[in-house]
Amino acid sequence: MKPPPFDYVRPESLETLLSTLARLENAKILAGGQSLMPMLNLRYVFPDVLVDINRVPGLAGIRLEGDRLRIGAMTRQRAIETDPLAAAHFPILPEALRLVGHRQTRNRGTIGGSLCHLDPAAELPTVALLADATVEIAREGGTRTLSAAEFILGYMTTALGQDEVLTAVSFPLWHRPHGYSFQEFARRHGDFAIASAACLLALGPDGRIERVAIAIGGVGPVPQRMPAAEAALAGTRGEPEAVARALGFCDALDAIGDFHGSADYRRSVARSVLRKALGDARDRAAAAPTGPAQ
Amino acid sequence: MNARSIALTVNGRPVNGTADVRTTLADFLRHSLRLTGTHLGCEHGVCGACTVLVDGASVRSCLMLAVQAEGAHVRTIEGLAGPDGELHPLQTAFRDKHGLQCGFCTPGMLMTLVEFLEENPDPAEAEIRDAISGNICRCTGYESIVAAALQAAAEIRERRR
Ligand code: FES
Ligand code: FES
Repeated sequence: MKPPPFDYVRPESLETLLSTLARLENAKILAGGQSLMPMLNLRYVFPDVLVDINRVPGLAGIRLEGDRLRIGAMTRQRAIETDPLAAAHFPILPEALRLVGHRQTRNRGTIGGSLCHLDPAAELPTVALLADATVEIAREGGTRTLSAAEFILGYMTTALGQDEVLTAVSFPLWHRPHGYSFQEFARRHGDFAIASAACLLALGPDGRIERVAIAIGGVGPVPQRMPAAEAALAGTRGEPEAVARALGFCDALDAIGDFHGSADYRRSVARSVLRKALGDARDRAAAAPTGPAQ
Repeated sequence: MNARSIALTVNGRPVNGTADVRTTLADFLRHSLRLTGTHLGCEHGVCGACTVLVDGASVRSCLMLAVQAEGAHVRTIEGLAGPDGELHPLQTAFRDKHGLQCGFCTPGMLMTLVEFLEENPDPAEAEIRDAISGNICRCTGYESIVAAALQAAAEIRERRR
């Protein structure tokens, strides 16, 4: 189980990286390597060149930018998991990250790598879609910004061009405090989830659900938002009937069947993890001290 | 061959070597440096046997290229005991509690736990289980490993006092 032969370059500036990407064909970007290296070792991929971006300065770091939390693409998953800004402003991120692989893989794995690899069961793309995150993309001579929904094209396929690199992910903040929950079911701890459910929820002063976002991962080829379920819950107090109506939309999820379970099984697991996520998010929103929106 | 020369520090000693760019850090440690304490179980990042510390952080050395470790401080199982051979509290505890049988998973378990206990010397049992969730053991059933980790944690706390 050794990787096939390839050439290796390690640009040390963004400029060199972009010019390298512009001239190379069949190159693959090596970020944390926690998906690419297994794929190389298993000989699923045969790039001519690996472009290691681990020493490109300026691609890692977490900071608040106005009402957004901006995370550099090369920020290690473990760094986000333990970051005080992420915990204070976007606590669903550390909660989801604790379910990503294992400590050893989170020490290397990056947020950008996870988004670009786009495994259907990966937690971070689900959170990005849930939160209407935007991604910043650079290529020689230009940059562009896409929404997570635009970035995610299909099964393990993103809108990233051969000559482009993801440089950052930016999450619009929900006011503090808000309810949140990330729940998943996997056969073993750290395995890819059979289904995961992510939820952000804010209550109004009258205790009604003012705003809610729901995303499901692991069920279909890509993470899915559930706008119909969100609409079914908005304005309610999360009564059992409203929750049941929302959960009903799980039957309409795009689902894949494989040796882990049939499509119907996945929808049914989605329903149960979503029930838990909704309950948790609501309880957390209710328990949070009410204050002026931030 | 597409070889590069690399310089890094392994267990406190500076090392210069040559590695094909596709050589993993694990193979470089084992074959070029003859540090065969780092084991390879799966070579695709699921078993944890190959865990080493790179700049203090536990990583799977089968998922890192040797050339990527240029300039890094790598710590392997061979660097765990003191220079005089005095065992690390984790090594003593694994011996006392029968934390190993065949020993194949042990280097990875220990290196994972070194990082974990340095950060959290007073862990709950559940936290230990979470910490070693990325390390597969086919022999022990994990109970004795958890017991050993608890004993080592107590010893580490004692020493810090
Ligand atoms: S050999 Fe590296 S994780 Fe199994
Ligand atoms: S002691 Fe044999 S695999 Fe753990």
